[in-house]
Order: sequence, then structure tokens, then C-alpha cells
Amino acid sequence: MNKIALVAALTTALSAASLPAHAQESLTLKKIKETGTISLGHRESSIPFSYYDDKQQVIGYSHELMLKVVDAVQAELKMPKINTKLLPVTSANRITLVQNGSVDIECGSTTNNLERQKQVGFSTTIFVIGTRLMVKKTSGINDFPDLAGKNVVTTAGTTSERLIRKMNDEKNMGMNIISAKDHGESFLTLETGRAVAFMMDDALLYGEMAKAKRPGDWAVVGKAQSKEAYGCMLRKDDPGFKKVVDAALTKAMTSGEAEKIYAKWFMNPIPPKGLNLGMPLSDEMKELYKAPNDKAFE
Amino acid sequence: MTYQWNWGVFLQPSATGDDTYLGWMFAGLKMTLALSLSAWVVALLLGAVVGVLRTVPNKTLAGLATAYVELFRNIPLLVQLFIWYFVLPELLPTSLGDAFKQSHPVFQQFLASMLCLGLFTSARVAEQVRAGINSLPRGQKNAGLALGLTLPQTYRFVMMPMAFRLIVPPLTSEFLNIFKNSAVCSTIGLLELAAQGRQLVDYTAQPFESFIAVTVAYMAINVIVMTLMKRVEDKARVPGYMGGK
Repeated sequence: MNKIALVAALTTALSAASLPAHAQESLTLKKIKETGTISLGHRESSIPFSYYDDKQQVIGYSHELMLKVVDAVQAELKMPKINTKLLPVTSANRITLVQNGSVDIECGSTTNNLERQKQVGFSTTIFVIGTRLMVKKTSGINDFPDLAGKNVVTTAGTTSERLIRKMNDEKNMGMNIISAKDHGESFLTLETGRAVAFMMDDALLYGEMAKAKRPGDWAVVGKAQSKEAYGCMLRKDDPGFKKVVDAALTKAMTSGEAEKIYAKWFMNPIPPKGLNLGMPLSDEMKELYKAPNDKAFE
Repeated sequence: MTYQWNWGVFLQPSATGDDTYLGWMFAGLKMTLALSLSAWVVALLLGAVVGVLRTVPNKTLAGLATAYVELFRNIPLLVQLFIWYFVLPELLPTSLGDAFKQSHPVFQQFLASMLCLGLFTSARVAEQVRAGINSLPRGQKNAGLALGLTLPQTYRFVMMPMAFRLIVPPLTSEFLNIFKNSAVCSTIGLLELAAQGRQLVDYTAQPFESFIAVTVAYMAINVIVMTLMKRVEDKARVPGYMGGK
């Protein structure tokens, strides 16, 4: 991977030199128009936002919203047909892939924060979550203070990883923190007893629960450590493209369409096991649907 | 595309406040060195034994050694790592498996990685050792036996010293490979050099700086290894053989 990034770095440096510093029109839209193709970044196991079903098709809440954006782009460019190219991304490579042009837009479970805004752009927020814990019901762990001296797993490259490391350091809790490669592996670490708790965005925890062998054994507990806004990731400094994306998402939210998509993924049985996450619409989400915005919480 | 270069990022205090990002890179470098060197010791010792066994007249021993080499050489490294780390603890007796899984995560990850890398590389080293032994003229073995040495003594005093001096160049390649292969261990969460580089990307959103730093660090390790092994090679060269004076 580091070699790819290096090559990407060199090509980026070269192409940056040959392009005008401030192109007036949207480079992304221009590229889509010229190639007839939009490149979509998706996740492989971010249930129920963006993941593979049992037929290896990408599905999920964020993915449906992303397809709405594709429709809007097609209408904006007045293209009779638009090809979509799906590219799976991970927490660790998503920013690079958006920057180097492999991916035009990524809607999955990516937190919009100030640090990332230095490198990439974000659309209107599509979801608001809190970071909490998943534990075995019989473990006796109810909140973060119970974790002192225990093994805790989280997914590498996430905001949860940062928060729990900080908490460990500041409160001297002596936790052993395991950073797993993706959410599926994090849950495997929890399920096999390597860790007593899995810290992650609550919606994703419910999603992992839906995949578990015995979903009834697990519970999501603890006070939310942070609120986070998920957004679709775009290239920075491309207001033309962002405008089209934001307009499509805003329309979906204010028209009530997004709420229907929400109900489909969070309040009804979903693939692959037909489990219902049973996560009612939070106050933050209601507010978002009423007044869509692209503000980061941190 | 626009990219904000910021090489100063390495001197910034890390997000968790315990170190600078440069400190993270050094921690990763130390882990990579510790893991690769310990795995190399395992690989050399096991590889020498298995390589010798592949050449002995006893069919059973030679067959077992061949099976060992084929097993560890033909399964992808990543798959082997996942088997060591995820599958094996589940196959152990429950109390033992649980004790392992409750131990410190770095210990678990390091042990699984060291065994995995060590055994994988040992199969490759074994092949080099076998090639070295087979490249010796038959007369050497016969001469040893004719002098009244037993077969193990012939291996120990006649063939092994020659074979090892012949295979220094291919062993250098394996030694270099073990450092590069150690990056695979980041997939089970071991915070070695590649993993620290990836973390830096996650925390600072400066992917190019961190991957360039990781690349430079790997290259530095390998240049040092190559220089050292070149000296060993010069010292060990057998006069009259391939390039020897």
C-alpha cells in the first residue's frame, strides 16, 4: 500500500503542477462528463450504511443516498446514461483514494471532522451517531469506567480509536487497546473473548450485532463519548460538485425521502440475516432532516 | 488535485498527547526490528534443521521435512497469520486458549507474528540450505564417511560449513524479505512500522508524508542489512567456488 501511495504522491505532484491553481468549473463534473463514468467509494462491512449483502451487492443507507446523488449528477450534466464504478474503500485508504482521484464520492460511515477537512471536502451530513460500547450481556460491564485494566477493541483509523486512547491516557485506566483492521475483525476480536468491549459508532455496533451468531448475547451500553456527523467525502475545493451533491441530499432529507430510507435500514429487517436493528430516529437526526447542514461536531 | 504538504507534522504532539508523531514512527521501527530479528532467528535455526533433513538418506525424515516445507511455503503468509492469530487459540483446550486470549494484546500479536513469519521464512531458508548441500560434490560426503566420521559428523564438520558459506547471497534475500513481510502483521493490529504509518494517516490526514517516511525507513533497514551481509559474504566466500578468489 505504501508503494501505491508513493506513486500516487508523485503523479499528484506532477499533475498539480500542470493544472491551473483555481479552475473555475468543477474538475470532478468535467471528468464525469468526459469519461461518462462516476467512481463511487463504498465500504465492505459498515452495516447498515454501506456493505455487501449475501450476493456481494453493495447496499445500505448511505449507499442509497449516494445513488440519489448519482441521479442528480446525471440530470445536472444532462447525460443520457451514466456508468457507475464501485470501489471498496477502508478506513485507512479512503482519504487517499478520494484525493488521488480514484474515487469521486464516498458515502459510507465517514466522520466529518476539522482535521479531515484540511485534506478532503464533505457533503451535507447524512447521519449523526454517538460512540458507545458493545459488550456481552453477561460481562457486567455497563459503562466506560468498568473498562479499567481490561482489553478493549476498536477499529483502526476511527474516531473511537482516538477517543479511547486519549481516555486511557488522561484517566490512567490501564486498558489494553486493540486496533483491528475493520469492523468485522473488531467484532471477531470481541466475540472470541480477546476483548471485553468494542467501542464504535452506535449505529455500526447495532449493525455488527445483526451479523452475530447469537445477536441476543450482545448489548450496546455506556454514555456516548462523542457525537459525530457522517458525510459523503468529496475532493476539496470543488464547490461545483459539492453544490450538486448537497442539493441532492438536501432534497432527499427535506422531502421525507431520507426518512423512508432510514426506516428501511434501521427499523425493518435487513440483509443478510433479516434482523431488525430497531434504532428509532434520534432527536439529532430529526433536526438534521429538518435543517440539513454540513457542520462537523469537532 | 490539491494536496497540502506539511512535513512539520512529525514534530507535532500526537493526538493522544503521549508523544510526537515522530515518536510513533520510531516505536513502529523498533517493533519491526524486534519482530523481524526474532523471527529471523527462528527461521535460521528451523530452516537449517529442516533443510538438512530434506537431504538425509532416511526416507521418513526426508518426507516429513518435505511436507513441512510444502505446507509453509504454499499457504499465503496472510492466511497463515490469521490461522495463528484467530484460529489456533480456538483449537487449544478452552482454558489454555482463554488464558492466551486474555493476555496482553501486544504479547498475543507479537507471538503469533513471530511464529508465523519465522515458520514461513524457515521453509524458504530450508530450501536454500538443501540447495547448498546438494550443490556440494558427492566426493565431500564420501570423503567424510571414508575418514571414519559418522553421517551426523560429516554433516556437522564437512558439509554444513561449506553449504552455509555458499548460500550467503540467497540468505541475504530472505533476510531482506523478512523485514518487508513483517508489514503483513499490521493486519492483526501489531503496531509495527507500516501500522504506525497508517495510524499517522488516520490521525493527521497527511498520507503522503507518512508513507514516504515509512518507505524511507524500510529502505534504510534494508540498505544496512545489505551492507552487513555483503561483509559476511566477502568473509565467507570459498576460494575456488562461485566468485571466490
